[in-house]
Amino acid sequence: MNTPILSIKNAVKRYGTVNALDGVNLDVAEGEFLTLLGPSGSGKTTLLSAIAGFIGLDEGTLALRSNDITGKPPEHRDFGMVFQGYALFPTMTVRENVGFPLKIRKRPAAEIKKRVDEALEMVQMGAFADRMPSQLSGGQQQRIALARAMSFDPQILLLDEPLSALDKKLRADLQWELKDLHQKLGVTFIYVTHDQDEALSMSDRIIILKDGAIQQEGGPNTLYDRPRNRFVADFLGKSNFIEATVTGGSGPTFHCESQGTPFDLITDEPCEQGQAISLALRPERLRLGLPGAELVPATVKQVSYLGERCQVLVVREGGEEFLVSRPTWKTDITPTPGLQVSIGWDADAPVVLAPS
Amino acid sequence: MPRINEKVSYWMLVLPALTIMVCFYILPVLGIWEIAFTEPETGLGNFVKMAESNAVKTSFVITFRVAAITTVGCLILGYIVAYAISNFASRLTPLMVALVILPFWVSVLIRSFSWIVLLGRSGLVNDALIHAGMIERPLRLMHNELGVLIAMIHVMLPFAVLPMLTNMRGISGIYVQAARSLGASEWTSFRQVYFPQTLPGVLSGALLVFVLSLGFFVTPALLGGGRVLMISEYITYQIQEFLNWGLGSALSVALLVATALVLLISARFVNLRATLLERK
Repeated sequence: MNTPILSIKNAVKRYGTVNALDGVNLDVAEGEFLTLLGPSGSGKTTLLSAIAGFIGLDEGTLALRSNDITGKPPEHRDFGMVFQGYALFPTMTVRENVGFPLKIRKRPAAEIKKRVDEALEMVQMGAFADRMPSQLSGGQQQRIALARAMSFDPQILLLDEPLSALDKKLRADLQWELKDLHQKLGVTFIYVTHDQDEALSMSDRIIILKDGAIQQEGGPNTLYDRPRNRFVADFLGKSNFIEATVTGGSGPTFHCESQGTPFDLITDEPCEQGQAISLALRPERLRLGLPGAELVPATVKQVSYLGERCQVLVVREGGEEFLVSRPTWKTDITPTPGLQVSIGWDADAPVVLAPS
Repeated sequence: MPRINEKVSYWMLVLPALTIMVCFYILPVLGIWEIAFTEPETGLGNFVKMAESNAVKTSFVITFRVAAITTVGCLILGYIVAYAISNFASRLTPLMVALVILPFWVSVLIRSFSWIVLLGRSGLVNDALIHAGMIERPLRLMHNELGVLIAMIHVMLPFAVLPMLTNMRGISGIYVQAARSLGASEWTSFRQVYFPQTLPGVLSGALLVFVLSLGFFVTPALLGGGRVLMISEYITYQIQEFLNWGLGSALSVALLVATALVLLISARFVNLRATLLERK
C-alpha cells in the first residue's frame, strides 16, 4: 500500500468511564470507499467526528498524508462532510449553500459561479439553484448537501449516515449515485452507517466497530464469508451458531460432532482433537430436505415470505433453532409450520469463529 | 345525551371572557376616545393643544428614546443569555431557564423599589463605591434617564430572552458544524450561518420589549422621580393633578395609535402571529 491518505494511530476518546474509542488504529487508502459500520454506541460516529475535528482525542494521533492534524480545528482540515440531517443553511439559497465553502476561501465570483454550476450538474440539481432548501424534498436536499461538500475539492469526503432519513426506494437510488460519484471523482470516501446492506453494497472496505474497538476489517465479501467472531457474524447478515467438538481428522478436513450429530468440516483454521469450537452458518448455506434426506431432523416453526427469498425457522430436537433462507422458486418442499423436515450443509459452509 | 353543536360549545367557552373584555376594556377605551374628542368642548381642540405643546413633544421623544435604548440593551444582554443557555450542554440549563422566568413571580413594583435601594444617593452601589474609595461624592444613578434605563432593561429582559431562547433551542448544532467543516472559522460560522437563523427570535424579542416599554408606567415613574416623564406618566399627571381629562385622553389615543403604528410597520418584517400568539 502507498502512503495512506489518512492514518489513525491508537485513537482513544473517553466519556466519563466509557471509552467511546478504545485504541483504534486505521489507515485509509487514497481513493478508497471506506465504511465504518456498527450498531449505535459502537463509536463509529465518534470516530468520524474525531476525523472531522469536531471532537478532540484523549490519546492517539491523526495524520493526513503523514502530516499530523490531531490538534487542527475542523475548518483547516479541508474535509467535506455530509450530515444525516442534510444541514443545509436554511437562510441561504441552494446556490449560496453550495458556494459557501468557496466564498469562505475567497475565490473570485466568476469561479464560484462556474464551480457551483458544475457541482449542481454533478448531482443533477442544476435546475434548483435558486430555490431555498425548505422547498426541496429530503432526497434533493441530500444531493445539494453532497454538492456543497464536494464543491471545494476536499481531501476526503466524510458521510455521516447520509441516507438514513430517506425512504427505502430513494435510499437504493442514491446508493448507486454515491458509488457512481465515488468512481467518477476518485475522492476518498469515509462513510458511517448502521445499515449493513448499505455497507455491503457500496464499500471497498468495511470496518466493523463495537464498543469503540475494531472487530474486523476487510472487503464486503471477506467479511460476509469469513466473519472473525460471533459479533461480526451476527451483525453483518444473519448467522446460525453451532457449538461443536473436534473429534478427529487433520486439516483441512476435520471430523466434528454437535449434540450427537457427526459432520465434516473443511477449514483453514488450525483445530485440535477434542477442541470445542463455535461455528457460524449462513442461512442461505443451509439446505432443507425431506425427513431423512439431510443430516439433522427438525420441525418447521415459522415461515416468512420475502418475495425473492423465503426464510424458514426450524427447530431441532432439543430446542435449538436454525434460520434457513431459500429461494422461493424452489418448490420441492413447501415449508409450513409443523412440517417435519431435515437440514444439512456443505462441509465448507461453517466458519470457525474466534473465541470471544 | 344530545350532542352540543361544536360552534355553540366554542362560543359558550369564549363568551364569558369576551363579555368581560367588551364591558370592562373595549367600552371604556372607546369612552376615552370619546372624551378625547368632546372634553372640554367637541372638536380636535385637545389634539391641537397636544401638537402645540413642547412638553408633550419632549415626553414623546423621551418615551421613544427610552423604549429604543431599553430594547437594544435587552437584545444585547438577552442574546448572550439565550445563546449561552441553548448552546452549551449543561445540567444547569433548567435552572438557567427558571432564573430567566423567576422575575415574573416578583411584582414590578418590588423590583423597581429594589433598584431604588441599590441606586439611590446613599444606596448600596454608591455606598460601596465610596467605601472602596473609588468615588468621593455619590453618583447620580437614579431620578434620571440612566436609572430608568437600568431598571427598565432589568424588568424587560425576560421578554427579550424568552422568544430568542425558543428560537435558538430550535436551531440544531449541525449547521455550525457543517459551516466549520466547509472551512468557516468559529466567528464566520456564527455570523453567516447561526446569526441569520436567530433573527426571527431577535425581532420577536425586540417588538415585545419595545411595545411594552412604550406604555410602561411603574418603573419610569419610580426611578425617574418625576424627572423622566414618559408618556404614560404624563397622562397620569394630566388626569390626577390637573383633572385635564380631555388632554389626558387625547394623549392616550395618541399613545395607542403610536403603538399600533409600530406594530403595523413591524408586521412587514416580523411574523406577528408567531410572535404574539404562538409563543411557547
